[in-house]
Formats: sequence, structure tokens, C-alpha cells
Amino acid sequence: MNNLSVNHLLGIKYLNSKDLKLIFQTTDHFKEVINRKIKKVPSLRDVTIANLFFENSTRTKISFELAQKRLSADVVNFSSSVSSVSKGETLIDTVNNIISMKVDMVVIRHPSPGASVFLSNNVKSCIINAGDGTHEHPTQALLDAYSLKEKIGDLKNKKILIVGDILHSRVALSNIYAYQKLGADVKVCGPKSLIPKYIESLNVKVETDLLKALKWCDAVNMLRIQNERMSESYFPSVREYVQQFGLNKEILDSLNKEIIIMHPGPINRGVEITSEVADSEQAIILDQVENGVAIRMAVMYLLASKLY
Amino acid sequence: MKPKKILNANEISTILHRLSFQLIEDHNDFSNTVIIAIQPRGVLLANRIIKLLTKEFNDIQFGLLDVTFFRDDFRRSEKVLKANKTKLDFSIENKTVVLIDDVLFTGRSIRAALDAIQSYGRPKAVQLLNLIDRRFSRELPIQPDYCGIQVDSRLNQIVKVCWEENDGEDSVYLFKNKE
Repeated sequence: MNNLSVNHLLGIKYLNSKDLKLIFQTTDHFKEVINRKIKKVPSLRDVTIANLFFENSTRTKISFELAQKRLSADVVNFSSSVSSVSKGETLIDTVNNIISMKVDMVVIRHPSPGASVFLSNNVKSCIINAGDGTHEHPTQALLDAYSLKEKIGDLKNKKILIVGDILHSRVALSNIYAYQKLGADVKVCGPKSLIPKYIESLNVKVETDLLKALKWCDAVNMLRIQNERMSESYFPSVREYVQQFGLNKEILDSLNKEIIIMHPGPINRGVEITSEVADSEQAIILDQVENGVAIRMAVMYLLASKLY
Repeated sequence: MKPKKILNANEISTILHRLSFQLIEDHNDFSNTVIIAIQPRGVLLANRIIKLLTKEFNDIQFGLLDVTFFRDDFRRSEKVLKANKTKLDFSIENKTVVLIDDVLFTGRSIRAALDAIQSYGRPKAVQLLNLIDRRFSRELPIQPDYCGIQVDSRLNQIVKVCWEENDGEDSVYLFKNKE
């Protein structure tokens, strides 16, 4: 059995479909492990991992840390607000200092797109991207695709819709790559101002009518409006956005089929999705979170086997 | 170099019958015993043993255990260690566990298995059944409780167990060198 074709996880763009298959197969086994009474395996007991979070995170940070602890890795956590970054240290210096303390693997979240790619070119360590600005969030896309696969089987020729703030969303880009590599058809839907200009070059179709788009798809991934990344106003008002692009029970009931609803979190209830829909049977939002730990265990296990 | 046939189908059949009778002798009606095959190579052997045992006893608890994540050679070999399925849908608490694997070589997978079953509870006792015991290659103090045959082999030799389901015939071969 071959290992991954990459030495870092920087984005789904750099993976091939065999890598995705291997990650999913390994995830199956780790999902069994985390449902045991004793959820821990000793695989990574001689590996030290640093979690560098230069941007806020709840789910991803806890998920990575749990995954590391369940693999028996040693973990150090770091967040930029309490570090020397505020004293003017550069990213490379910060990371090199941490690696000098014999850290084998670095999980990084950073507000600048490409931060993890930049690091992988400049420091000697295994880098895992936990979200870099508006670029990619590979582990999120892996767990989205894995969760969807669990529900509807092979994604080949399945129709998947991504709704919301495509422009600022790293989840959207990683999702597009992942679904396409698994053979699915991807469409995006949102206000024109929040759809990136290059989107057609990714072979993704754009739909501005939510109802039409929902009628087309088998599954929908609802994204949050990323206010923190917006320097100007992209739509007239939240109320208007909700009316046009919010997912509610009425619009779902008007479809003559049941579609799977996903959300990467955090949810803004009442904006992109109503509470009723988010808590419904069709939503697999909490399955996604559960699978997140198993996916991250699989990724770190496979990458760690490349460390010597 | 032509491989040497150590066991043929008849001999294997005799051994499997003997091992089954030994198990029956020690485990009464198997109500306090669970049988666990080690993935992947122990499963076919265990299936045969179970088949023989179910002629006399129904409801024998039988599970599959994958020890990949507990192995001590992770990050030490070039290849990625690929996991197999674990299926243990019963409790092993206070039961006697019989681990089944085809070849006992260095003893390291059994060590991993001993670690792995602890995740499922505390068994009363753990026993080991092997078809082949490569007795001079042990790296850990582990011995089988039920043994098919002992084979004297060198480290660079390979013992391969073939089963009708996979290879067309039941047989055991000794390869002279790693090929």
C-alpha cells in the first residue's frame, strides 16, 4: 500500500484522488477507535506536535488536539495573542524556534492566505494547514466529503451545492477541490458580490437563485457570512441576504426530495440557516464534527509515517 | 530456490481437528470464552477452527482484532502500516480470550494484540493459538498455548500459510530467502 503523495497537508489542491481514498479508508478505522470505551491508541507516542493558532478557532482547535491526544502524541499549544508575535517576531522565526525544541509536526492556522505553503517552503517540519485566510481548510473539506459519503455513498456524479460567502471562504475552495476530485458536480450560490471572479476557471457553475439551485442538488453546504474578513459592504442588509439566500423549512418543503444539509460551523442561526433546519433530521452538522476527529487522526497518522 | 512444503492439506486438517479438541477440552461450553482472530492472517485460520467448533457448540463469540495502531514498528518501516477492520461486538470483561494467528514469529504482533484488547476491557485470561510456531525467531517472551507445529527457521526465511479460499489449496511453505 502506498502512502500519501505529499509530505505536508497544505490544501486539497495538492492531493490526488488516491490520497483521498487512503485518508477515508484510514478514517474508517479511527472512527471505530474513537467509539471504543478506551479511545486511545499508541501510534504517535514518539511524535511531538505544535498547534499554532494565529486566528481564533474552537472546533478545529479542539478537534486537532483531541485527535493528537487519541493518537498519544505530545502536544504543545500556542495562540498568537499571548506570544512573542506581538513583540514583532516574524512567522518563520517563531516557527523555527518552536521546531528547535524538537517538534515533529506543526498544525497552523493563520489569517494570511498561503501562510502554510510559505512555511512548508521555509522551515524543516511537517506542516498541516488548519485554515489559512481565504485560501484552504483541507481537513474541513475532508471531513465534509467523508460525512457526505457516509450518508449518500460514492460521490461520483453526485450534485453538491455550496451556498453563501464563497469569496471569503476557505472551506468553499477546499470543498470544491475535494468534491471534484471525488467525481462530483459542484455548483455555488450566493450574491454576485460574494462569488469570486475566477470561479468559472475551477469548472464550477454559478446560480443566483437559491430555489433553483436546491432543486438541482443532492446535498447543500451552507456557509457563514464572514463579517470579520469584509472591509466593505457586500450586500445591502442581513435581512435582505436572509430573504434571498437563507435556508428555511418552507423552501426545503417546497422541494419534492430530501437533500442532505451540511454546515462547517460556526452557525449564525437565523441568517444562513434557521434553527429548525439546522436541528432537523436532514442536517448532518454534528456528524461532521464527530468525523472531524477521525479525519484528523487519519491525516496525522499517515503524515507521521513519513517522518524518520 | 524451490520453496519447501511443510504441511499439506491432510496434515493441516488433522492439526485443525486436534487444536479444536484441545480447545473443547479446556473451555467446556465456551460460555466464558471468546475467540479473537488477529487481522489479517489469523482470520482464515480462526474461521476454520470456528467451523469445527460450531459442530458441537452454537453461539461461540468470535471477533476480529486489528493491531495496526498498537504496533511498535510505526515510523520504522518505509511502508505505511495499513489498518484492517476490527469487529468486537461483545464484552471481553472477565472472559477467557483465545487469540488466533497463523504464524508466531517475533511475537511482536501478539504483544500489540495484548495492548489492543485492553481497550475493550479486562479479560480473565488470554491464551494464544498458532498454526505455526517459528520457535527460534522470538524477540519477546511470548509462547503459544495451542500450537499446530513448530518450525525451525532462520530470520531471513519466510513461512507462508495458504488457504483454499485464497490460494486454491491448504498448505504451508517455507521459502528459503526473502524474495
